[in-house]
Amino acid sequence: MLRLHPRTVQTLMKSLLWAMTGFTLLILVFIIVDISIKGLPQVTPGFLSHEPQDMGRAGGIFSTVVATAYITLLAILLAAPFGVGTAIYLTEYTREGWTTRIIRFGSECLAGVPSIILGLFGFVLFVMKLGLGWSVLSGALTLAIMVLPIIIRTSEEAIKAVPEEYREACYSLGLSQWQTITRIVLPSALPGITTGIMLSVGRSLGETAVLLFTAGAALRTPLSVFDSGRTMAVHFYILAREGLSMPNAYGTAAVLVISILAINLAAYTLMQRLMKRYS
Amino acid sequence: MLCPLERRLKPAATNTDMNDQAPAKIRVEHLSFYYGDFQAIADLSLTIRPREVFGLMGPSKSGKSTFLRVLNRMCDLFPGARVEGRAWLDDEDLMAPDCDLVRLRRRVGLVLSKPVPLPRSIMENLTMAPRLAGQRDREELAALAEASLKAAQLWEEVKDRLQDSALKLSGGQQQRLCLARTLAMEPEVILLDEPTSGLDPISTAKIEQTLSELKKSYTIILVSNNTKQIARATDRVAFLLMGDLVEVGDTDRVFTVPKDKRTDDYISGRFG
Repeated sequence: MLRLHPRTVQTLMKSLLWAMTGFTLLILVFIIVDISIKGLPQVTPGFLSHEPQDMGRAGGIFSTVVATAYITLLAILLAAPFGVGTAIYLTEYTREGWTTRIIRFGSECLAGVPSIILGLFGFVLFVMKLGLGWSVLSGALTLAIMVLPIIIRTSEEAIKAVPEEYREACYSLGLSQWQTITRIVLPSALPGITTGIMLSVGRSLGETAVLLFTAGAALRTPLSVFDSGRTMAVHFYILAREGLSMPNAYGTAAVLVISILAINLAAYTLMQRLMKRYS
Repeated sequence: MLCPLERRLKPAATNTDMNDQAPAKIRVEHLSFYYGDFQAIADLSLTIRPREVFGLMGPSKSGKSTFLRVLNRMCDLFPGARVEGRAWLDDEDLMAPDCDLVRLRRRVGLVLSKPVPLPRSIMENLTMAPRLAGQRDREELAALAEASLKAAQLWEEVKDRLQDSALKLSGGQQQRLCLARTLAMEPEVILLDEPTSGLDPISTAKIEQTLSELKKSYTIILVSNNTKQIARATDRVAFLLMGDLVEVGDTDRVFTVPKDKRTDDYISGRFG
């Protein structure tokens, strides 16, 4: 049997781990560079501000940008209060027991449901049963269900990480439980909660399967929540799938990827500011 | 040095313990406390007089900290905890199911052994409790903060940086901030759970000096592992051992002629 010096093993493992990290980064860089090279030439002010024409073969992507922002914003506005609320309930108002374990298990299972199945569920419930039709609202509701487990999980972890001493100190200062949660626990957990919400924004921006079933693919700019709308991801899928226009598909992809990166960067900067304020 | 009111409230020190005759700020009768199967306090009866510094000493696990947490009902937070017996603050029944805990905790302030400044500015740490209790006037709050900091002997060190994060203070300053924060609630009773256990001698001296000032207007219960500190800083003292009350009496008397051999052993350092 080959016996290596611990220092050799150390060097070997370090290089291996470095290679793994490097490889992961390389994939990310490759995707971004590839999409930018093929897509960015299409992205002009006109591309962003004009409606698609001729099924998307010509014109811009204005309506899909609006639909994406509309659906994502609505989904997060719906999911964030529910998710953070559930996390507060699970961590602050219940003692660890079989009920919390069932709730947590349920939410984890929800996270494991394939998005295409979730899309079908949203189609049956919101589009058909509740008669909302293919609409921004149906899409947002289904997306909200999809990202709920992410928000619950990350918020729970963030709230749990707030030192127990803070709560004790607050109670001994005569703060009620609710005041303790709103004044100290949530502000301290905010960076973690924000991370979860930003992850959800990313997931929502890029989601395709769910929205094909629930928001439809209308190319008009959605005005009310009951209008159908085609998001950038769905637009990209249809352009590429039906071979309508690969340059426009890549242009859409570039806008999508860059906006996700920009949003993450903005959230990160904001978080750093918040952290500085509270520590 | 006593004002007439204090002289009336505080009987002259004698060698006999006069629990029953003395007026009571806090009265505890047959108090037992359990964590699951473990009995932390066994059938404890005590009277604490207004405006005295009452010491609680004993080795760890003797029920001192638990006793403090019964007095402001922080013991409710421990899962699986059970309490028996009665306790009163003035005439208010602390064990009553309808006891208003938020109001109680404002009347009975607790300072923990490890200073826990909240992750806010020094000013916000001080004004949070009074603000949530309904005091909105900014000048009143600022005055209250200044008075509390002065009482806790911290004012001179922090007066120019009240908006800085409280987490930037040193350990001793943080502990005095926590004391000031409790004072800013304008409580009637202050519970101190080993307030100087993590502090250097200079900070400790400052805290003790503060206590002797504070007892003019507050009832103070001081828990400490440090018997010398108890001897220096308290008027009366109780010695707890494994949840049992071994001895209670005037500090001078307990430290000079302890009635129980176990007290004698403990204060002379033969165990504990």
